[in-house]
Amino acid sequence: MASEKVTTLTDTNFDQSVIKAAQPVLVDFWAEWCGPCKRLGPTIDELATDYDGRVTIGKLNVDDNPAVAGRFSIRGIPTLLLFKGGQIVEQVVGLADKDSLKKMLDKHVPAPAQG
Amino acid sequence: MRIRDVIIIGSGPAGLTAALYSARANLKPLVIEGLEAGGQLMLTTLVENWPGFRDGIMGPDLMTEMRAQAERFGAEIIRGNVTHVDLAAPPFRVKTTEGEYFSRALILATGASARLLGLPSERALLGHGVSTCATCDGYFFRGKPIAVVGGGDSALEEAIFLTRFASHVTVVHRRAALRASKIMQDKAFANPKIAFEWNSDVEDVKDLTRGEVTSIVLRNNLTGALKEVEVDGIFVAIGHTPNTSLVTGQIELDEPGYIVTHMGSRTSVPGVFACGDVQDHIYRQAITAAGSGCMAAIDAEHYIDGLPQHLGEPGLVDDDIAVAD
Repeated sequence: MASEKVTTLTDTNFDQSVIKAAQPVLVDFWAEWCGPCKRLGPTIDELATDYDGRVTIGKLNVDDNPAVAGRFSIRGIPTLLLFKGGQIVEQVVGLADKDSLKKMLDKHVPAPAQG
Repeated sequence: MRIRDVIIIGSGPAGLTAALYSARANLKPLVIEGLEAGGQLMLTTLVENWPGFRDGIMGPDLMTEMRAQAERFGAEIIRGNVTHVDLAAPPFRVKTTEGEYFSRALILATGASARLLGLPSERALLGHGVSTCATCDGYFFRGKPIAVVGGGDSALEEAIFLTRFASHVTVVHRRAALRASKIMQDKAFANPKIAFEWNSDVEDVKDLTRGEVTSIVLRNNLTGALKEVEVDGIFVAIGHTPNTSLVTGQIELDEPGYIVTHMGSRTSVPGVFACGDVQDHIYRQAITAAGSGCMAAIDAEHYIDGLPQHLGEPGLVDDDIAVAD
């Protein structure tokens, strides 16, 4: 089950939620039939908790939202794109472990507030 | 520090069969499943050569069953990716991104990963038309022409699977004949959507500036002639590379980089055993991987039984080695 901290992205809300977003957004392009996507799922959920308030973590189902998937030439999943100020700043294709994803995110976001 | 009897790295058919057998031998194995949990069968569809299933079984379903069977007998399977192993002396140290574990015996079942062609444009277009997994990405090529590179069983299996989606599948092979089994060749030759480019090497994947695959450039390796084939996707199925980076320099590897085993699953390091595709470049079947996993579990059990009392006594499994000493 997806964490409640994960934003569901669609063709309709993508520009508002990602391109115009104030904080960085990590978009997980996935589909129901994709085994590796399912394996990545728990990691995405954990990142959503770990980076709550710093990075928006969103999932976009490529079957239901072909416009966004087409716009970024997504032809393989799982693919993760990190958007900052409306621009793609990182791309990860295929499975990745939590550690390397955290390192990737940490390059672009401030450390959590102390206290 | 807890010292376990057996740690198994990898969770494909080899790792899970080793887990099943060592669990049933009451060794309470810890399986660290790795990033590609379940192994290569997780990326396949129907497996028709696993004995016992006359109508075949879906690869992911087979792995789910294997996992549940190993767990039923007490195997502990954890998520995590091993980043470092220390084989200098037992107990062997295994580090993951989350923690550190120690064991008397270690079973390496890390498998093999798909090999790429090695073209710069290929890597840059991964996920944008270049793929190593037909079942993952085939869906994106509905009604589009695509190419499959390779001439073995996996290349033909991918090609045949991809005809469900693609308008046309070009199989690019660098030789004049296929390596694949007769039954797969017959299926491929009979499929009207599949055509072949023989004696051909992939010279380039285009188009980097557009950020997506639009064509591939083939070079005939007999005549040197170049040919551009318009495709929306290219699936690379030219074999696998053994996943040995964890143990390189600590254990004997053969020329192509596979772990050398002798007398069953024994490696050059006593107490370290290897099974599955990481030590097999000949058979590479789910059933041979599983068979070698069984061998590794039995070899590990014998090894532990033969250890000095303070290391091998079953009652001390959870104790600190220093205290037991």
